[in-house]
Amino acid sequence: MIELSDVHKAFGPKKVLRGVNLKIEGGTSMVVIGGSGTGKSVLLKSVLGLIRPDSGTITLDGENVLTAERDAFLARFGMLFQGGALFDSLPVWQNVAFRLLRGSLKRPKAEAREIAIEKLRRVGLTPDVADLFPAELSGGMQKRVGLARAIAAEPEIIFFDEPTTGLDPIMSGVINDLIREIVVEMGATAMTITHDMTSVRAIADNVAMLHDGVIQWTGPVAEMDASGDPYLDQFIHGRAEGPIEAVR
Amino acid sequence: MSWIAALLASIGRAVLNALAALGRISIYSGQTIGHMARPPIYLKEIGSALLSVGYFSLPVVGLTAFFTGGALALQIYSGGARFNAEAVVPQIVAIGMVRELGPVLVGLMIAARVTSSIAAEIATMKVTEQIDALVTLSTHPMKYLTVPRVLAGLVMVPLLVGLGDIIGVFGGYIVGIKSLGFNSATYLHNTVNFIEARDIVSSLTKGAAFGFIATVMGCYYGMNTTRGAAGVGKATKGAVEAAAVLILAANFILTSIMFSI
Repeated sequence: MIELSDVHKAFGPKKVLRGVNLKIEGGTSMVVIGGSGTGKSVLLKSVLGLIRPDSGTITLDGENVLTAERDAFLARFGMLFQGGALFDSLPVWQNVAFRLLRGSLKRPKAEAREIAIEKLRRVGLTPDVADLFPAELSGGMQKRVGLARAIAAEPEIIFFDEPTTGLDPIMSGVINDLIREIVVEMGATAMTITHDMTSVRAIADNVAMLHDGVIQWTGPVAEMDASGDPYLDQFIHGRAEGPIEAVR
Repeated sequence: MSWIAALLASIGRAVLNALAALGRISIYSGQTIGHMARPPIYLKEIGSALLSVGYFSLPVVGLTAFFTGGALALQIYSGGARFNAEAVVPQIVAIGMVRELGPVLVGLMIAARVTSSIAAEIATMKVTEQIDALVTLSTHPMKYLTVPRVLAGLVMVPLLVGLGDIIGVFGGYIVGIKSLGFNSATYLHNTVNFIEARDIVSSLTKGAAFGFIATVMGCYYGMNTTRGAAGVGKATKGAVEAAAVLILAANFILTSIMFSI
């Protein structure tokens, strides 16, 4: 279980997180929604230890993420970045098998390549993509490669940062379905941040809305439409009028 | 009086910022050296950096050294003619190239070619979240990106300086025998006899120091870039400026130390 307690983070005078409290049960899919610039990515990166909170605690199965042994801690995670974050200088298969080619999870090169091709197949890409470079792929293909890399080492926890941003509706649907299938198939704990409501409905078991630096509402996705929370209602219906100022 | 106070305050701020930057760079350099001594070592990345910093810099370094050696021979010949000292061309070209121009020119060419490339590459990786991706894949960015490049600078730039010295002297030799009427054997004899071992040691030591500075600056500015294309441009410009200034400052300090012994 991932638990955030009273997490604060500011960048200079800008207070991004103002006391976030959130629990993500093991084996469930939590989607964090919120407008652009509300700190969703900061929240996710704080859990990974990429950003150090100013105060508050973040624990994974009771262990503080900042004091956990880094290699063992990170080996439990896979992450799909918003822009893919594929390494330009490496061919696709080496991107996917990056973790399997070095460090504690190192495998023989041929085996790592085989696993990479199998993971590429899992996300709907053919083996001939393996030797291409990321710059030769479309945006949708890059997302799939990023997804294959995130699951290559079969992590217990997978984070998805804006998985459908920049994709057309059909490709978004494909990525959403893939995420849902993979998370269920692997029994992984998932945390997704997005402002795409189609993704939310496709991926989430539970939803949390981040607004003004705090979790405004959290609950099962089935209860989201009848929450009665004016902030959540305005957000999920995309209305300009409501308690959330349209211009931030 | 208020404008004097404002002026002093702005000078003070600039000095404090410069000192703080120097402190951060020193800490980064120390961390880099610390990581060099501890595993894991990424041999493939080191090999790739050796090629990029050394082998692929050879054409630009060679051409720069060759033309500078030739121009130096012409300058010394015409300058020496004012007091009938044309005959010292081989000795002055040799000592000028080996002690001073070889290391400095190679250092500056490396700052232009390698520092800019490292800074732009790492800064782009930073703004496209590739550095964060490295961390999530249990790979320390300093070990994977900085250490191979800095090691390559430490190993390859002295070699480039040595080659640059030879090519520069050769440039002077070609001009000397083709344009200035020197005898080939005499020119070579005077060159070889005049160079001392400590001149070569000084040249290669400077090369190692300049290689370290050039690569550390590229990595430091790349890792500390701000967002977007403007951030990448700013990081690249800052890295080259800092590397060039620090190389020239280090050259002065090293020259003072080596030739006061």
